[in-house]
Amino acid sequence: MSLEVQDLTIDVGGRRVVDGVSFAVPDGARVGLIGESGSGKSLTALAILGLLPDGAEAHGSVRWNGREILGLRDHELAELRGDEIGIVFQEPRTALNPIRTVGRQIAESVRIHEGLSKRDAAVRAVAEARRVALPDPERIVGRYPHQLSGGQRQRVAIAMALACRPRLLIADEPTTALDVTIQAEILELLRTLVRDDGMSLVFITHDLAVLSQIATHGVVLEDGRVVEQAPVSQLLTAPASPVTQGLLRDATATLWRPGGDAS
Amino acid sequence: MSIPPRSTSGDRPIPAHDGQMPRPDGGVDAGGPASTAPPRRSRWAWLARLWALSTGRFGLIVVAVVVVTAIVARFWTPFDPQQVDIANRWAPPSWPHVLGTDATGRDILSLLMAGARTTVFVAVGAGLIATVIGVALAALGALTVRWVRESVAVFVDILIAFPVLLIAMMISAVWGGSLWVVIWAVGIGFGVNIARVTRPELRRVLHSDFVLAGRASGLTPAQNLWRHLLPNVAPVFIVQLSWGMAVAVLAEAGLSYLGFGAPVTEPSWGLLLAQLQQYIQVHPLSVVWPGLAITFTVLGLNLLGDALREATDPTLSRSPFATRRARLHVPEVVA
Repeated sequence: MSLEVQDLTIDVGGRRVVDGVSFAVPDGARVGLIGESGSGKSLTALAILGLLPDGAEAHGSVRWNGREILGLRDHELAELRGDEIGIVFQEPRTALNPIRTVGRQIAESVRIHEGLSKRDAAVRAVAEARRVALPDPERIVGRYPHQLSGGQRQRVAIAMALACRPRLLIADEPTTALDVTIQAEILELLRTLVRDDGMSLVFITHDLAVLSQIATHGVVLEDGRVVEQAPVSQLLTAPASPVTQGLLRDATATLWRPGGDAS
Repeated sequence: MSIPPRSTSGDRPIPAHDGQMPRPDGGVDAGGPASTAPPRRSRWAWLARLWALSTGRFGLIVVAVVVVTAIVARFWTPFDPQQVDIANRWAPPSWPHVLGTDATGRDILSLLMAGARTTVFVAVGAGLIATVIGVALAALGALTVRWVRESVAVFVDILIAFPVLLIAMMISAVWGGSLWVVIWAVGIGFGVNIARVTRPELRRVLHSDFVLAGRASGLTPAQNLWRHLLPNVAPVFIVQLSWGMAVAVLAEAGLSYLGFGAPVTEPSWGLLLAQLQQYIQVHPLSVVWPGLAITFTVLGLNLLGDALREATDPTLSRSPFATRRARLHVPEVVA
């Protein structure tokens, strides 16, 4: 169950925003895509699942278990999405349908891919809500997204992505829109779930400090190109490219405030 | 791939208290077995919410009264509405003529009841046509390829400029008035209106993250349309449609009043108003009845539409969970 991205290029309206990106995610590996905003990391993630917006074109190769999935038709990709590959988006406020209960949204992919009945799906939704440590799962599945806090909504989004036990999880800045304390909880949750299930992870972030907590391997992007690929420990101790050095400076600025006060 | 649900809280329990929402019961997690199904929400809960709104209750009652009257009038009215009874001209409201009679001794209550049939017929007919045209144009203008979308947008903008009621009057003047002219005129006119309001709404929802998330969950485009797109556009559509039906009632009454709508042989509130109005200085009370009927029906339809939107939108509902705080939920800090 490995993912191989080879020479991926994405053009949006004739402009090249991702240029020849290659990286591999072996089974069970946790890889981070890191770069400043506009470096093409989110588009790369969307391209893997064929979710690029209108007007964006991807070329190159995306192989999932050796099978080429770039350029597959939408209904063929629909079978993979949510079932073998799950994705969590950045903004929990907008990633949930405001007029469907949380439980129905969690159970959505299960209903599609495993053909569960409505009743079984409702039971499953409670189990999945419990799995992501949502408080009072029996009750919370009957609520609507606007009745939940940001952190709870992100837990719902994670439960949605993982309900079918995918082999690969793509997390697109899942903690960026959250408060710092909740960021830590969500990261911890993701780490535990990924470890327990032994699934692969592609984690997208602009924050090297966050990356170091969850990924083992980092792919540094700048202006749509890969500038460095290395184990995270090496990115932290011996960053080769100026981009990584800049990211490391930003990360240390948040981790250790001037005065040496670790927080 | 059916892996039993596992608790993530192994050696290192995950703190789950990031919720700032006060729990309505203030209790602790019951921690029941994983197999308990959540309490099922009633399919008809929205109806209870509709009834709980004073506007919804009023609109529902008024519209129900008009519809029931129309159905009853199909089979029974106290008198034959077209029965001329010269001996009983201008009878005051009394038994057996509860609302009195008109210049030719026709029973006004029976005329109103028969007129309700026309009103419901026009409102439903125009509503159906407006729905078909509006949804079709909105879908074409939002979900298809770019050049079709933009052509539809221009087409809709051109059609909006057409004075449909004036065209209906022209057609009636040339070929004689008929209810079908009114129905088609209002149906097309409001269908275009619905399309114009619904199309951008559909585009907005189409580009929302949860539609993308739906695709990411493996929904096919058709499933996504049914589960995520249409339900989120429905509130806007409902308000537009109820307004369109109210306009249809008004348009029928107005055109019939002017002599361009219902032919004289058809019972119609507008026509009745026009006939009674000639005697307004002698018998002012009689004019009040068709006037009230038209006003209340239009008001009822509008209030019902607004209340339906409020009752079906959970973010506006007044369920015990939806505290004021939740409705005014402050967005999180976006880094």
